[in-house]
Amino acid sequence: MSGVRVLVGTRKGAFILSSDGARRKWRIDGPHFGGWEIYHLKGSPADPHRLYASQCSGWFGQMIQRSSDGGRTWEAVGNDFRYDGIKGTHQWYDGTAHPWEFKRVWHLEPSLTDPDTVYAGAEDAALFRSGDAGLTWTELSGLRGHGSGPRWQPGAGGMCLHTILLDPANAGRIFIAISAAGAFRSDDAGKTWKAINRGLRSEHIPDPEAEVGHCVHRIAMHRSRPSVLFMQKHWDIMRSDDAGDTWREVSGNLPSDFGFPIEVHAHEPETIYVVPIKSDSEHYPPDGRLRVYRSRQGGNEWEALSKGLPQRDCFVNVLRDAMAVDSLDSCGVYFGTTGGQVYASADSGDSWAPIVRDLPAVLSVEVQTLP
Amino acid sequence: MIQVALPQHLRTLAGVEGAVRVEIRGQVTQRAILDAVEASYPVLAGTIRDRATQKRRAFVRFFACGEDVSLESPDAPLPEAVASGKEPFLIIGAIAGG
Repeated sequence: MSGVRVLVGTRKGAFILSSDGARRKWRIDGPHFGGWEIYHLKGSPADPHRLYASQCSGWFGQMIQRSSDGGRTWEAVGNDFRYDGIKGTHQWYDGTAHPWEFKRVWHLEPSLTDPDTVYAGAEDAALFRSGDAGLTWTELSGLRGHGSGPRWQPGAGGMCLHTILLDPANAGRIFIAISAAGAFRSDDAGKTWKAINRGLRSEHIPDPEAEVGHCVHRIAMHRSRPSVLFMQKHWDIMRSDDAGDTWREVSGNLPSDFGFPIEVHAHEPETIYVVPIKSDSEHYPPDGRLRVYRSRQGGNEWEALSKGLPQRDCFVNVLRDAMAVDSLDSCGVYFGTTGGQVYASADSGDSWAPIVRDLPAVLSVEVQTLP
Repeated sequence: MIQVALPQHLRTLAGVEGAVRVEIRGQVTQRAILDAVEASYPVLAGTIRDRATQKRRAFVRFFACGEDVSLESPDAPLPEAVASGKEPFLIIGAIAGG
């Protein structure tokens, strides 16, 4: 019987939640790397036994961990993330020039085809690639060399490259997103980049329709239609049907269009999920009711999904990398909260139940569907 | 042999229990000790001092014979008691944050 493995990164370690295809009974393993912040861990699509984890600490810096047995054992691999060439400057919060400094890896994206190739999204914003299973890292510096780099500015959480999407139909195409620079696309495997922010409008920046400077929180795609992208921006849910060349707003009837994660159903490319959050200063659900919103029309028309979720006195947040789907026949949807709960739905979001309630604050959730 | 006491998280990374011991030829300094520790335990590279700048990480402190030597030059000689192995060189995670 098939199963799922849910990979959870938290403020104080990693947890691996496992179940069979029914997704009713769960085994919880962890914490791995107890006491360390695990910003993200993710499995290779080409080898489900191969996992990568970003482990970091305010005291001891960045580690990258690799597992070749599905997370039972781990080994530390390379943590030397050096910016290529002259580092240059980006804008600081006050608008002054600030030198690029490596702080941490927010997101790891294994190659779709090669378990030994993995990309890392860093703060300060940069994209790194390893072709030797994480032992060594090379910056794809064409991104910072895009020309707009000196105008990039950190969001409240830092200037992080948090989203990496690899196009399954075009090996050279990579999408990334940076808070608060925006979205970028490469069509030559990361050598050169194009800002893809036309149509975004951000009222809190000097030029609301600037080429860069937008606080993009997350981008998602369905692998069957890689030119259709969905975006949770700081405010606004956006959609592109031309690989990011242009965007239009699809926030529709959401109670708030602020939020962090956005995900696409595994089998329905027009079904998407968001978790509305009250505002950029009130990082909790409107009315203290935790609700996932689903659109089956690719945006604009949204329905609240609340069965099994707390509907009073709930003031947690769901961070940008803390939502994922499995690809079982009945698509499973998962998300984790800053209150340490990980919720699962085995019926595309119609109903929810907690897998675990009392983990440290959840930073990331990824799911592997196992044969 | 010089004794080096590591904080718990770095002992876990290095796979050791208790103090580690390193041998240094020549003057015993912070830099010489850290070079030797990283040579013996490559997994610790970047955890005590920054990979690129080789500067002490902000929330790591060094103690020798009861004195905080974090702000001393990395090339300053350490006390004889540390150099002789009688006293450990302490690497400590600062008490800060959560």
